[in-house]
Amino acid sequence: MNSAETAIKIRTRDLDFYYGAARALKKVSVDCHDRKVTAIIGPSGCGKSTFIRTLNRMNDVIAGTRVDGEILIDGQNINAPEVDVVELRRRVGMVFQKPNPFPKSIYDNIAYGLRINGMRDRRKLEETVEKSLRGAALWDEVKDRLDENAFALSGGQQQRLCIARSLAVEPEVILFDEPCSAIDPIATAKVEDLIERLKSTYTVVIVTHNMQQAARVSDYTAFMMLGELVEFDQTEKIFTNPANKLTEDYITGRFG
Amino acid sequence: MKRVTRKKIVQALGFLALRAAMGLVLAVLFLFLYDIGSKGAGSISWEFLSKAPRKGMTAGGIFPAIFGTFLVTVITAFLAVPLGMSAAIYLNEYAKQTRLTRLIRLSIRNLSGVPSIVYGLFGVILFVNIMSFGTSILSAGLTLGLMTLPWTITASEEALKTVPNAYREGALALGATKWQMIRTNVLPYSVPGMLTGTVLGLARAAGETAPILFTGAAFFLPFLPRSLGDQFMALPYHLYIMATQHHAILQVRPLAYGTALVLIVLVLGLNMTAVIVRYRLRRKQR
Repeated sequence: MNSAETAIKIRTRDLDFYYGAARALKKVSVDCHDRKVTAIIGPSGCGKSTFIRTLNRMNDVIAGTRVDGEILIDGQNINAPEVDVVELRRRVGMVFQKPNPFPKSIYDNIAYGLRINGMRDRRKLEETVEKSLRGAALWDEVKDRLDENAFALSGGQQQRLCIARSLAVEPEVILFDEPCSAIDPIATAKVEDLIERLKSTYTVVIVTHNMQQAARVSDYTAFMMLGELVEFDQTEKIFTNPANKLTEDYITGRFG
Repeated sequence: MKRVTRKKIVQALGFLALRAAMGLVLAVLFLFLYDIGSKGAGSISWEFLSKAPRKGMTAGGIFPAIFGTFLVTVITAFLAVPLGMSAAIYLNEYAKQTRLTRLIRLSIRNLSGVPSIVYGLFGVILFVNIMSFGTSILSAGLTLGLMTLPWTITASEEALKTVPNAYREGALALGATKWQMIRTNVLPYSVPGMLTGTVLGLARAAGETAPILFTGAAFFLPFLPRSLGDQFMALPYHLYIMATQHHAILQVRPLAYGTALVLIVLVLGLNMTAVIVRYRLRRKQR
C-alpha cells in the first residue's frame, strides 16, 4: 500500500460491526487519506453502507448494534467515551442515498446546521449560505429563489442542496452514501464534478454501486465482500492490476 | 370476451356493495342529525343559550351547562395535551424498542378501550377521595383528562411516525443533538397531526357523562362555578337528566332535544376546528 505521500485522516483497524448477533463487518482496516477521495465498492449487502455509517457513528441510532475495533480520526478513537458524538457529526458530514432536503426553504435548509450550532448573526448566515451553495455549484440556479421550498428543486438539485447543507457547518470529512443512485446521469455528472472539486478542501469517502463512478472520482478504492475488506489500494491499481482474483472478477463484471 | 364481461360484472357488484355500505352509514347519520336538528331547533333561542334553567328546569336556558362543559374541557386539555404529547415523544423518539416499551404501548391502546364509567369510578377514588379534591370541576376535568390521555398519546405517536426518518438522520448528521433534531425537524411536521388527534379526543371527552357523573357534575346549580373546587353543570349530564330523570319528562322533552343539538354542534365545531387547524398548518409548511 502506498500510504506515505499524504497524511491519513481516517484509519480503521480490525473494525467489527454487529446488528444484534449478525456480523456485518469483519476486521475491516482501511486508511482514508487526507483530502483524497476513497471509494468503497462491492456487491449489495457487503457492508459498504454499514462501514461508512460507522465513521460518523450514524449507526448509534439503530438499536442493538455494536462496534469492535478502532476508528481513528486524526489519531483520536471516535468511539472513546470522551468523544462528543454531536461534535463528531459536525466534523464528519454525510450525504445520503436519497436526497433528504428538509421541508423548509432552500435558505433554511442550508442555515439549519449553523442555527443548531448557535449562529444567530444574519449577515454571517447569509454569507455562509451563499458560500455553501456556491461550493455545491448550486448558487446560480437558486440564488433568486432562496425562499422557495426545497422540495420544488429537481432530484439532482436536491442532492447538491444536501451537499451544500453539509458544507455549511465546515466539516473536515464528507461521507457520501451512494449519492447518485437516486438521480439521473446528468445530475450524477454534476455531483461527480463537485466531488472532484471538494477533495481540495475535504477528505471524501464515497460508497458507490457504480464502478465507473469509483474509477472516475476516487484516488483510493476499497473492495468489500460479505463484510470483509478484500482489497484496498490506489484506484488506478485496483482497476488495472488488482491483486486479488475476486476483485478482478467483480470489476470486470463477472458477478455482483 | 365472455370472461371479460363476467369480470366487469363482479367489479360492478363489488362497487355496488361498497357504495351501499357507505350509503347506509350516511343515511343513519343524517337521519339522526335530522331528528335532533328538527326537534331541537325550536328550543334554541338567545335565552336558551344565555340563561340558567328556571322553574325546576322546565323553562329557561342551559348556559351553566354550556359554561361547565367548556371549563371542564379546558381542564381536560391542560392535563391530556402536554402529558400526551410528551409521552408520545418519549415513546417514539427516546425509548428503546424493547419488550417493556411494547408492553407499555399495548397497555395504552387497551386503556383507550376501557369503558368511561370505569374511569369515572377511578376518578372518584383517586381525585375525589385520595387527593381530596372533592366532587369538583377539577376532579371531573382530571378524570376526563385521564380518559383522554391514551387517545392523545396514540394519536401523537402516529403523527410522529409519519415524519420520515431521513429528516431525523439529516439533522443528526449535521451535528444536531437529539432534542434539537426533535424540536426543529420532527415536531414542526408532526404537530398538525398531533393537534387533530388531540382535539378529536377532547371532543369525545366533552360529550362524556359517566366520568363526570360522580366526580363533579351537578344536577342543578343556581350559580356558575367560581373556583376549581366547585361543582358544575355539564351538557351531557344535563341531557341525561332531562331525558331520563326529570319528573316532568314530557314537558322538558323539547329542552332535552335543544340541549342535544347544542352538544352536537359543540362537538362538531371542535372537530371542524381540528380539521381547519391541520389544513392551515400543513399549507403553511408547503
